[in-house]
Amino acid sequence: MAVVDHMGAPARGTRPAIEENVLEIRDLRMRYGTKDVLTGVDFVAHPGEVVALLGPNGAGKTTTIEILEGFRMRSAGDVSVLGVDPAHGDENWRARLGVVLQSWRDHGKWKVRELLEHLGLYYAPYSTNDITRPWDADELIEAVGLTEHANKKIRMLSGGQRRRLDVAIGIVGRPELLFLDEPTAGFDPEARREFHDLVHALSDANTTILLTTHDLDEAEKLADRILILAGGTIIADGSADELARRMSTEAEVRWSVGGQRFVHSTSDATAFVRQLFRDHDEAITDLEVRRASLEDTYVAMVQQFESGRQDEAVREFEVVTR
Amino acid sequence: MNPSMSTVRAGFARGRAEIRQSFTTGQDLWGYFFPTVAFLVVMFFMRGATVPGTNFSLGTRTLPSVMGMGIVMGGLVTLMSQLIVEREDGTLLRAKAVPNGMMGYLIGKIVTVSGMMLIGQVIILVPSLFMLSGISINWFTYVWVVVIGLVACLPIGAVTGSLFSNPRNASVVMMPVMALVATSGIFYPIQSMPDWVQGLAQVFPVYWLGLGMRSAMLPDSMSAVELGESWRHLETLGVLSAWAVVGVLVAPMVLRRMARRESGSSVAARREKAMQRVT
Repeated sequence: MAVVDHMGAPARGTRPAIEENVLEIRDLRMRYGTKDVLTGVDFVAHPGEVVALLGPNGAGKTTTIEILEGFRMRSAGDVSVLGVDPAHGDENWRARLGVVLQSWRDHGKWKVRELLEHLGLYYAPYSTNDITRPWDADELIEAVGLTEHANKKIRMLSGGQRRRLDVAIGIVGRPELLFLDEPTAGFDPEARREFHDLVHALSDANTTILLTTHDLDEAEKLADRILILAGGTIIADGSADELARRMSTEAEVRWSVGGQRFVHSTSDATAFVRQLFRDHDEAITDLEVRRASLEDTYVAMVQQFESGRQDEAVREFEVVTR
Repeated sequence: MNPSMSTVRAGFARGRAEIRQSFTTGQDLWGYFFPTVAFLVVMFFMRGATVPGTNFSLGTRTLPSVMGMGIVMGGLVTLMSQLIVEREDGTLLRAKAVPNGMMGYLIGKIVTVSGMMLIGQVIILVPSLFMLSGISINWFTYVWVVVIGLVACLPIGAVTGSLFSNPRNASVVMMPVMALVATSGIFYPIQSMPDWVQGLAQVFPVYWLGLGMRSAMLPDSMSAVELGESWRHLETLGVLSAWAVVGVLVAPMVLRRMARRESGSSVAARREKAMQRVT
């Protein structure tokens, strides 16, 4: 995959078409009345990449996604989704997108297979040599684990089953780019695992995925890259490891010597442990080194940002991406 | 197959599916049969009475008026309430997320609403043919009145359905519709209304649909008790066409504006509101 400085402008046109960014957002701004919700969002997504958009409630995640989906007009900025400005996306463009909506009680009288077959009809004219649209309803139902409910009326489905159906509806047209807004809300752990497998399979088939979630563990598992949106701008952009390394420099080392338990926070765990062994050698038991999780990183970044140190967080993040 | 052909096909498939579903849903079946039974009972008790000044059965004269009202209720009220409900529950947003989905949805909705309206006509007509005497249907007139009536009423339903986002507010529209029905000579002869009410009623489609249906289903001699002592086909066609033309021009603009505003967060906000209503 091409190496791109996530903040700077990518060298457009120098890469072959297949490497073209699926999403390219430059200085995206959104204002409602006098309230600035997005104050300059920049990021890109490459083909087949899974990008997680994290951020506190009200940070503008949904607004960003809705602009990219073409459901909302932006105030300013350059946005390209599959090479098209979503404000002027036509039906041909729409057919290449998948949107997983948070359903509630729509299509309650429809049966699962009936609805998927119906919605598939709309995608049939948009088949290409590479992509056969739509996804066969029975295969799709199996892929999301609803086979035994295929002939159930949708209003009889449980919350988790409905969410699976939402995902199925989102991918029935075999999208090249998929938007997942809180996809696993209401999933039990097993369903969540199956859903993660599905996302990996889609990503392997070169589907680009942009997802929002509040489950940081999920973001860490699924995403190639994590974006943290706070205060209307992207305050961090990198893999979970990159962010953790950069942000939470303190790792926690725990050990016991002679039955006594010790805890120490250090920015260089390796050096500290080396010294520890030099000092105590075989007396050390129960050694444990805990690097900051994405959750620690996330909370630290958002807190740092919210305490008004935006510039510092951005500067640190710029180092991450170098 | 090109996209517009397949959209039309998908729209018709959607309409057929929804009509089929309406037969297995208690609420929809109630919607078909409850008003029908109510009207049949009313007409049964009216069958002995006669239209003042004639010896024609009052029940028989009421049947076509009721069927004309059925077109208004089906075309206008059903479409309006389905649009409001399906906007609230996210059906429209789903359609918007699919290529040509909005067009397919709209075609589907027109098929559904028209189909349900026609089914409503059949269920009230068939028992009436056994119960009432003196019905003689001119199918040609019947068809053109139904068609132009639907084309006049559907856009009004689409526009009102687009303007209200809260299902509760639908009753704001229902009141004037009920008032129009009451003053349009469906149940009470329009001649007994004050002049200004008669004039007002003749602006709206309800009166003309009632008149058109009477002209299609009653003997010609019954035109004598109408305003102007005539079926006034030209005026019927004129008023209904005027509504149809205005509607066909205005409805797409209003529908587009409504569709443009649909997004995940607008549906979520309505869901939030609806939840508060429930609790």
